[in-house]
Amino acid sequence: MAIEKTYAEINEKIKSGKAVVLTAEEVIGLVEEKGLTEATRQVDVVTTGTFAPMCSSGVFLNFGHSKPKMKMQKVWLNGVPAYSGIAAVDAYLGATELPEDDPCNNNYPGEFRYGGGHVIQDLLMGKKVKLEATSYGTDCYPRRELETYINLDDINEATLFNPRNSYQNYNCGVNLSNRVIYTYMGVLKPNLGNAHYCSAGQLSPLLNDPYFLTIGMGTKIFLGGGIGYVAWNGTQHFPEIQKDAAGNSYGPSGGTLSVVGDLKQMEANWLLGTSFLGYGATLSVSIGIPIPILNEEVMRCVSVSDRDLYAPIVDYGEAYGQRLPSDLGFASYAELKSGTITVNGKKIPTAPLSSYPKAREIAAILKEWICKGDFLLTEPVKLLPSYRDGIQSKKLEIRGL
Amino acid sequence: MAPNKIILRFGENTSDQPIIYRLVKDYDLVINILKANVNPNKEGTMVLELTGEKYEEGLGYLRDQGIRVQPLAEEVFRNEDRCISCGACTGICPTGALSLERPSMEVKFDSDNCIVCQLCVKVCPLKAMEVRF
Ligand code: SF4
Ligand code: SF4
Repeated sequence: MAIEKTYAEINEKIKSGKAVVLTAEEVIGLVEEKGLTEATRQVDVVTTGTFAPMCSSGVFLNFGHSKPKMKMQKVWLNGVPAYSGIAAVDAYLGATELPEDDPCNNNYPGEFRYGGGHVIQDLLMGKKVKLEATSYGTDCYPRRELETYINLDDINEATLFNPRNSYQNYNCGVNLSNRVIYTYMGVLKPNLGNAHYCSAGQLSPLLNDPYFLTIGMGTKIFLGGGIGYVAWNGTQHFPEIQKDAAGNSYGPSGGTLSVVGDLKQMEANWLLGTSFLGYGATLSVSIGIPIPILNEEVMRCVSVSDRDLYAPIVDYGEAYGQRLPSDLGFASYAELKSGTITVNGKKIPTAPLSSYPKAREIAAILKEWICKGDFLLTEPVKLLPSYRDGIQSKKLEIRGL
Repeated sequence: MAPNKIILRFGENTSDQPIIYRLVKDYDLVINILKANVNPNKEGTMVLELTGEKYEEGLGYLRDQGIRVQPLAEEVFRNEDRCISCGACTGICPTGALSLERPSMEVKFDSDNCIVCQLCVKVCPLKAMEVRF
C-alpha cells in the first residue's frame, strides 16, 4: 500500500525523538541506494537551505512614543529613509533603501556601502542607530521633530517582513555586450567573459518542493538564524515549468515566498547588509525550510540533484534590460558548479552568488533543531499556487490616456 | 629567490625622479610593478615585486631618497567573519588568489597569489575583503 504520513504523525515522532531527518543533500544518495518506496518509509523530514542576497526584504518597526508624542511623517535610520505612511510611530525600512546623500551611480560604478539592509544588520548587532523624524504636528501628536538613538531592545516591535524571498530558481547571468556591466548578478565581463548564477540548487527550498505540495501559508521555517513563517506567496510568484523552443521541459522556475518573523530572535551573522557595485544595496537572507515526507511524490521531489535542475542562461548585456527574449539555453546546476559552461559555443567560467556552504549549514542546523525535538512542523493553512494554476506574469506597458 | 612585495610612498619632491630606472641600472633588480598611483598633491604610492642580489642595497638607496618603504605582507586580507563563501569574487580575481574549492564550494583565499589589484574589495557584496596598509 502506498505510504501516507500526516503532519501529526511526523510531529509525534519528532516529540518522541524518533523522527528520521536528512538534509536535501543527504537524501539524494539514500534514494539512489534504497529506492523511492523504502526511502519514503524510512525518512520523515528533509531539510533545505539557502543564503543569498534577497532584495525584497525589510523590517516593520514600532519605536514607542516620545514625550510629547509625535505622528512621525518622515523617518530616517542612520540617514536611511523608512516608509512611515503607516501608524504614528510605525515605519517600514526596506533593505534596498539608500541614504539620501548617497551619490548612487553618479560615481559610476557606485559602491552602495550602506543601505537599509545594513541598518537591519546594525540593529541585530545591538548597535545604536540614529532615529530622526519630522512631522507637521497635530493636537494629539504635537511634536514636530526628534533626533535620538535606539537599539533593538529599546523599541517595541521589529518584525522582519520580506515580500519576495527564496526564489525557486534563478537566471544564470552572462554578458554578450562589449563592455563590463554592473548588475544585481555581480560584475559581468564583456563578450561572455563569465557567468554568474544564484541558487543553492539541490539544497534550495522551493526546488525541493517544486509543485508546492507541502509549503504554504503558515509553514514554520528557519529565518535569519531564528524562527519565521511563510506568510503568503511572494510577489512575482510565477511557478511555471521552464521549456525551451522545442518544448523540452527544464523543471520549475519562478515561485517565491513572502516570509515573516520577529527580528529580535534572529542573529546578526544570518542577515547581512550587502552591496552590489554599480547596482545598489540589499540584504543577504538565510532561509531553511523543512519538507515533511508525506508520500512518495514528495520524496521524489526532494531527491532531485544538481544534475536534474536547470537555470536559464540570460544575457544581461542587452536582452534582460530591454525585455527582449534571450535564447541562450539552460545550464544544469551540476555544470554551473563545475566551474565552466558553454554558451554560444564558447567555454566560460562560472561563479555563484548564493553560498552553498552556508546553505548546507542551514539545512544541518534545521535538521538538528528537529532531531532535538525543538522544532515541530506546521501544516499550512493554505498551500501556495503551483504551475497548475497557470499564473502568467503581466508586463507593464508604457501608454498615455 | 622569491620576490619581495613592497609598497613605496613618494613625497611631492620625489615623485618626478627616475627611481625605478636607478634600481634597475645601479642595483640590477628585477621589478614587477603591480600598482602605481599619484594623487593630486603629487604624492605617489607604488606596489612592486623586487628580486635581486642587491635587494637590501636597493632599499637603502630608496630610503636615502626619502621614500618610505613598507613590506607588503597582508595588504589585502579577508575578514573571515564577514565572508560567507558566496563565490562572487572568484571569477573577478585575476590571479586565482580567491578560488572555489570543489566539491565543498568553500572559497579559499591564498594571499601569496594576491597582486593587490583590489578588484575583490569593490566587488565583494559583503565587504569581506579589506585593505590593510
Ligand atoms: S565575494 Fe566576499 S563574501 Fe563572497 S566569497 Fe568572496 S570574499 Fe567571501
Ligand atoms: S586584490 Fe586582486 S589579486 Fe588579490 S585577491 Fe583581490 S582580486 Fe585577487
